Amino acid sequence: MIKQIRLAFADGSVIAKRNVIKIVRVPEVLVFVLISPIMFVGLFAFVFGGSIDIPGGSYREFLMGGIFAQTVIFGATFTGAGLADDMQKGIINRFRSLPMSQSAVVFGRTASDVVYNVLSLIIMALTGLLVGWRIHNGVINAVFAFALLLFFAYAFSWIMALVGLSVPSVEVINNASFIVIFPLTFIANTFVPSDNLPGPLKTFAEWNPVSSLTQAVRELFGNIPLGTPEPTAWPLQNPVIYTLIWSAIILAIFVPLSVRRYRRAAAKS
Amino acid sequence: MRSFIEAHGLVKKYGKVVALDGFDLSIDEGTVVGLLGPNGAGKTTVVSILSTLLVPDAGSASVGGIDVLQSPKEVRRRIGLSGQFAAVDEYLTGFENLDMIGRLYHLGKEPSRSRARELLAQFDLADAADRPVKTYSGGMRRRLDLAGALVAAPPILFLDEPTTGLDPRSRIQLWSVIRELVSHGSTLLLTTQYLEEADQLADDIIVIDHGKEIAHGTSDELKSQVGGERIEVSIRHDASIRDAVQSLTQHASGTIHVDERTRSLVVPILGGAATLTAALRSLDADGIGLNDVGLRRPTLDDVFLALTGHTSGDTDQADAERQEA
Repeated sequence: MIKQIRLAFADGSVIAKRNVIKIVRVPEVLVFVLISPIMFVGLFAFVFGGSIDIPGGSYREFLMGGIFAQTVIFGATFTGAGLADDMQKGIINRFRSLPMSQSAVVFGRTASDVVYNVLSLIIMALTGLLVGWRIHNGVINAVFAFALLLFFAYAFSWIMALVGLSVPSVEVINNASFIVIFPLTFIANTFVPSDNLPGPLKTFAEWNPVSSLTQAVRELFGNIPLGTPEPTAWPLQNPVIYTLIWSAIILAIFVPLSVRRYRRAAAKS
Repeated sequence: MRSFIEAHGLVKKYGKVVALDGFDLSIDEGTVVGLLGPNGAGKTTVVSILSTLLVPDAGSASVGGIDVLQSPKEVRRRIGLSGQFAAVDEYLTGFENLDMIGRLYHLGKEPSRSRARELLAQFDLADAADRPVKTYSGGMRRRLDLAGALVAAPPILFLDEPTTGLDPRSRIQLWSVIRELVSHGSTLLLTTQYLEEADQLADDIIVIDHGKEIAHGTSDELKSQVGGERIEVSIRHDASIRDAVQSLTQHASGTIHVDERTRSLVVPILGGAATLTAALRSLDADGIGLNDVGLRRPTLDDVFLALTGHTSGDTDQADAERQEA
């Protein structure tokens, strides 16, 4: 049993290593990793940051938490696309004919996308620092904020893993992820305070884990403007715990589903 | 003696399309068996089931004495598979591809690396070892894919249409690589739609069509099923056709077929080249001038035509019609 887990871990890291090599070697991917965080930070900071006033604080600083959350969640698209792509290539038959752990392809993919998100976060943070974002709450809290972003993104990537294993082509992934990820990241407190949203949208935003993630990150970085009213919804009052609960639930549901789906999907060829 | 690779009554359906319809197989250790059939005959399905990629709807199979359905992982330790579409990662280098496969066979770090280098040299890819596969030619990719199947030096190899889509030069190159491999005693199941390929490489040939075995034997046995050798002669002058028939009758083993328009004769014979020489002597003695002469052995194409009533190329059409119906 121990030996099996060790082998599964070893196989997963072999696959993860292969995927990481591809981040560097596929120009489109590299550009996406490098450019999109810079673009997001720059776009929001200069287009919205200048025109929206937050009493008692900087909108740019307020925005960064939302941009961090949105970007790592969009990173999950990469997981889905990567798996969908693998499933169509002959390489999957190679993997399936090897005496390797059958879940290594999915575990390796989600693991390598953590590396991808770490790169994204580093670039976003550096860009943020350039445009005036600062950490006000100490290094430890900041590290915890990044860890929370990565953990939630990791859990979320398992949802897209299942989608990626279920769709017929890579193109579908991009469309599917837009339909899911756009509402999820916009009907939230990512870019505007959720208090300003109309009725049902406000409720959705308050209970949306993307909001709690954003709220948690803002608190940990110390980016909540002074004088901001205390949130009334429980998830936003306890954003770290609420985000962790969601991450755990997502993992508990989507890890077994994705692994099973991989075995089934691979068997159809 | 127990067969090394065995299959009984394999059935696999994809919706209404029957890919395998009760397929049996028995391969002895150390032999090369060619599974020959047109597109859609079920060849890849057989390989997929034996290499644990696919679970049949019915039937059983064992590879190296191990049940494919019950212990797929044990089977995977003993097989190497090289598929129809080169199963290599384009963005990795040739070395990285083979190293990765070695690690996934759990060979260990150093053995994986040295095995990768060894195979790259053996497959004439040493110069391209550290270039991404993206830059490889089709023939190089196939060689790398084949090398991938050999990383763990498995005793059993499955090659699914290893040369489909390759130019003739690369094909002949790959044949010599495959011959070299099996000379070391591996057991090989090879699928192909090239009749010549089965003829060149396989000890035994199984002809498959519509998911069923329709013939089984050595290349020579199959050829003898459609009749033996014949001499084809093209006569120079119309006037000497009659004389030529008379002169050749003593050498023929059956009826001589005459085509007046092209002045050509087809003479069924026994005894191969010796009979051809004797026949030429008679024609020469009778002063009959020739444009062309040749000894023709039946090809596997003839076999296919004789067995199925259609050439190997017709099946695609037939399949399309079946699917529409």
